Amino acid sequence: MDVLALSRLQFAVTAMFHFIFVPLTLGLSWLVAFMEWRYVRTGDVQYLRMTKFWGKLFLINFALGVVTGIAMEFQFGMNWAEYSRYVGDIFGAPLAIEATLAFFLESTFIGVWIFGWNRISKRLHAVSITIVAFATNLSALWILFANGWQQHPVGYVLKNGRAEMVDFMALLTNPNGISKFLHTTVSGYVIAAFFVMGISAWHILKKSELPVFKKSFRYAAVFGLAATLAVALTGDMEGVNVSKTQPAKLAAMEAHWETQKSAPITLFAVPDPDNERNLVEFVKLPYLLSLMGYHDPNAEVKGLKAFPREDRPPVTPVFASFRLMVGLGSLFILIAAIAVFLSWKERIESSPLFLKLMVLMIPLPYIAAWLGWMVAEIGRQPWIVYGLLRTSEGVSKNVDLAQVIGSLAGFTVLYGALAAVDIYLIVKFAKKGPDANTDSIVKMTRA
Amino acid sequence: MEFQILWFILWGVLWAVYFMLDGFDFGISILQPFIAKNDAERRLILNSIGPVWDGNEVWLITAGGATFAAFPTTYAVMFSSLYTPLLLILFALIIRGVSIEFRSKGDSPAWKSAWDKAFVIGSFLPALLFGVAFGNIFKGLPFDADGYHGTLFSLLNPYGLLTGVLFVMLFAVHGALWLTVRTKGDLAERAAGTAKKLWPVLAVIAVAFLVFTAFATKLYDNYLSYPFLAPIPVLAVASLLAAGYFVFTGKTLRAFVASCLTILMVTFTGVAGLYPNLLPSSIDPKFSYTIFNSSSSPYTLTIMTVVALVFVPIVILYQAWSYKVFSDQISTDDIAKDEDAY
Ligand code: HDD
Ligand code: HEM
Ligand code: HEM
Repeated sequence: MDVLALSRLQFAVTAMFHFIFVPLTLGLSWLVAFMEWRYVRTGDVQYLRMTKFWGKLFLINFALGVVTGIAMEFQFGMNWAEYSRYVGDIFGAPLAIEATLAFFLESTFIGVWIFGWNRISKRLHAVSITIVAFATNLSALWILFANGWQQHPVGYVLKNGRAEMVDFMALLTNPNGISKFLHTTVSGYVIAAFFVMGISAWHILKKSELPVFKKSFRYAAVFGLAATLAVALTGDMEGVNVSKTQPAKLAAMEAHWETQKSAPITLFAVPDPDNERNLVEFVKLPYLLSLMGYHDPNAEVKGLKAFPREDRPPVTPVFASFRLMVGLGSLFILIAAIAVFLSWKERIESSPLFLKLMVLMIPLPYIAAWLGWMVAEIGRQPWIVYGLLRTSEGVSKNVDLAQVIGSLAGFTVLYGALAAVDIYLIVKFAKKGPDANTDSIVKMTRA
Repeated sequence: MEFQILWFILWGVLWAVYFMLDGFDFGISILQPFIAKNDAERRLILNSIGPVWDGNEVWLITAGGATFAAFPTTYAVMFSSLYTPLLLILFALIIRGVSIEFRSKGDSPAWKSAWDKAFVIGSFLPALLFGVAFGNIFKGLPFDADGYHGTLFSLLNPYGLLTGVLFVMLFAVHGALWLTVRTKGDLAERAAGTAKKLWPVLAVIAVAFLVFTAFATKLYDNYLSYPFLAPIPVLAVASLLAAGYFVFTGKTLRAFVASCLTILMVTFTGVAGLYPNLLPSSIDPKFSYTIFNSSSSPYTLTIMTVVALVFVPIVILYQAWSYKVFSDQISTDDIAKDEDAY
C-alpha cells in the first residue's frame, strides 16, 4: 500500500467512525428537546426523567462526535494537501462557516444545558437543548454542502492552477448539496428513532419504568415513521441528482453496462468488471432505472461502457451497498409503521416478539447509513472532485509512508478503544434506566 | 490587498483567543497532579471548566477552518509539513475530550485514575506541541520548491522547545489563576500559592524567549520597519508584569485578566513579527508562504469577511453570557451536591 491508499483508508476509517456518533446526535437532540418542552409545558416529572435519561445517552454519544470531528477537520490539510490547495478557495469557506455558525452554538449551549439545570429558568434550559439540536443540524448543512460541491462542482472557474469561487449562491443552491443535506440528516433521524425504540423495547420487555418507556417508544415510532418515509423520498432526490451529475456513479450503482433507453433495474446481479458485464442477473424490472434516474420511463441511461475504464468507480461495492441501503430503507418503513400501529392500539406491551425484534434492529439503520456513504464516496471515485481532480492527485506530497502507517495505526488503536468504552457506557446507562429518585431531580431544576 | 491583511489579523486573533481560552483548560489539568489532594478536588478542577471547555476548543476548529478558507496554500503546506506533531495534538485532544466527559461515568478508582491520567497527558501534550509548532513557524520551516525537508526531530530544536516550555508555563500560571477565580476553598488558596511560585519561573522563561527570538528568528525586523507595531510586545511584557504584581498582591481576578492579556499579546507579538509571512522558509525567503501568495481569491475573502464580521461578535456575545452564567465560585461541596457534575 502506498501513501495514497493508506490516506484513503484512513479517511474512510475516521469518517465512518465520526459518522457512528453524528447521526444519532442529529436526531436524538430533537427528541430530547421535544421531551424537555413537554416537561416545561406540563410540569409532569415523568417528562423530566425522560429528558434526563435520554439526555445522558445523548451526551455520551455527543462527546465522541465532538472529538472525532476535530480529527476530520485537520485531515484535509494533513493527508490531502494537494486537494486542499486546489479546492481551498471554495471548500474551505463552508468548513470555516460551519465552525463559526454551528459549532460555537452547539458547544456553548451544550455546556449551558449540562450544567445549567439550577442556574437558568426551565424555559431557557429547554431553549438551550433546542439550540443544540438546531446547531448540529446546521453543521450538517455546511459540511454536506462542502461534500456536495466535491460531488458536483458548481460556481467556480479554473484559475491560478486551482478552482476559484465565483458564485457563492451556486454553492448554496447546489442540488447535490441540498439532497445530501436532506437525505443525510433524515437518515440520522431514522437512526435516532430506532435507537430510542430499541432501548425502550428492552425496558418494556423487562416491565421496567413502563410509563416512561411506552411514551418514549411512541414518540420515537411516530418520529421514525415520518423519518423513514422522508429518507425514501429524499433518497429519490439523490438518485435524480446522481443521474444528472454523476452518470458513471449511477451506472455503477446499477451495474448497468450498456447505454440504453427505457433501462430496467436489475435487483440482483454479480458484476464482472473485467469483462464489462454481469455474470448473473435476476429479476429485471423494466423501465424502472429510467424512471428512477430521470422520472421518465423512456429516458436514456448511460452504461459503464460509455466511460473510459480509468473513469469508472469500483462497481461491485457501489452496486451491493446501494441495494442493501434501499432494501433496509424499505424494511424500516414497514417496521416503523407496525411500531406506530401497535403503540397506537396500546398493544405494544403484549407483543414481546416485536419488542425483541426492535432491540435487534438498533444497529441496522447505522449500517444503512454507512452503506449510503459507501455509495456516495466510492461511487465518486476515481475523482476527489468530480470531473476535476483525481483522488491520486489530491494526496499530500510531503507526507511519507511511515507517517501515514503511524497515523492509521494510531487512529485504529485509539478509535478501537474508544468504541469499546462508548459501547460499554451506552449499554450501562441504557440498562440502568431513568433515575428513580424523582425528588432530587426536581430539586436540581429551577422553577 | 486589504482583505488579506484583514484576514491575517483575524487569523492571529483566532489563534490568540484560542490560546487564551483553552490555555486555562490546559493549565488546570497540567497542575492537577500537583495541586489536587483528593478525588473531590480533582472533580472540582474538572468541573471548573466543565461548561466551557468545548466552546473554547471550537476556537481552534475555527482557526483551522479560517486558515483553510483564507489561506488554503498555507493550510495545505503547514498541516502536511507538521503532520506528526499535529497528529499527536489530535490524539491528545481526543483523549482529553473524552476524559472530561467519561471520568464521572464509572465508579471504580481505577476507572477514575485512568481518565485522570488521560486528562493530564491530553492537555500537557497539546500545550507543549502548540508551542513547539509555533516556535518553528516563527523560526521558519525547512522547505523549498521541492517541499518540506524536516522531521519531527528537526522540530525539536532549542528554540522550538523553548517556545513549547513557554506555552506550558504561560498556561500553567493561567490555569492556576483560573482556579483562584472560579473555585473557592482550599484548592483556590493552593492555586494562588502555585501562581506565586510559578510566576517567577514564567518570567525567566519569557525573558529567555524574548532574547532567543532575536537570534533564532526574524520577528523583530518588523518592529524596526514598522514602529507602530511596537506597542504589541511592550504590552505583552507589561501585562506579564501586571499579572505578577496582582499575583503577589492577591488580586486574583485582575491577575487572571492580566494573564489573558499576556497570552493574547504574546501570540500577537509572534504573529505581527511574521507579517507578511504565514509560513517562512528557513532555506530561502523566496519560498516562504505569505498572506499574498497563499490566499484565497478576493471573492472568497469578501464572503468570509462578511460572515466573520457578522457572526464572530454574536459568538462572543453568547459565549460571554455563558461565562457569566457560570461565573460563581464553586466548592467541593457544590460539586458533591450536583448530580449533573462530572
Ligand atoms: C451529517 C452530518 C455530519 C457530517 C457528514 C460530518 N459531521 Fe462533523 N459533526 C456533526 C455532523 C457532521 C455534528 C452532528 O454536528 C457533530 C457530531 C457531534 C457533535 O458534537 O457535532 C459533529 C462534530 C464535528 C466537530 C467537533 C465540533 C465541536 O467541537 O463541537 C468537527 C470539527 C467536525 N464535526 C468536523 C467534520 C468534518 C471536517 C467532516 C467531514 C469529513 C465532518 N465533520 C462530517
Ligand atoms: C461522515 C460521513 C462520511 C463518510 C462515512 C465518508 C466515507 C468515505 C469513504 C468510505 C471514503 C473512501 C472512499 C474510497 O477511498 O474508496 C471516503 C473518502 C473521502 N471522503 Fe468521505 N465520507 C464522509 C463525509 C465526507 C465529507 C463530508 C467530505 C467532504 C466534505 C468527505 C470527503 C472525502 C475525501 C476528501 C475522501 C478521500 C479521497 C477519497 O478516497 O475519495 N467525506 N469517505
Ligand atoms: C429507502 C430508499 C433509499 C434510497 C432510494 C436512497 C438513495 C440514496 C442515494 C441515491 C444515495 C447516493 C447519493 C450520492 O451518491 O450522492 C444515498 C446516499 C446515502 N444514503 Fe440513502 N437511500 C435510501 C435509504 C437510506 C437509509 C434507510 C439510510 C440510513 C438510515 C440512508 C443513508 C444514506 C447516507 C448516509 C448516504 C450518504 C450521504 C449522501 O450521499 O447523502 N439511505 N442514498
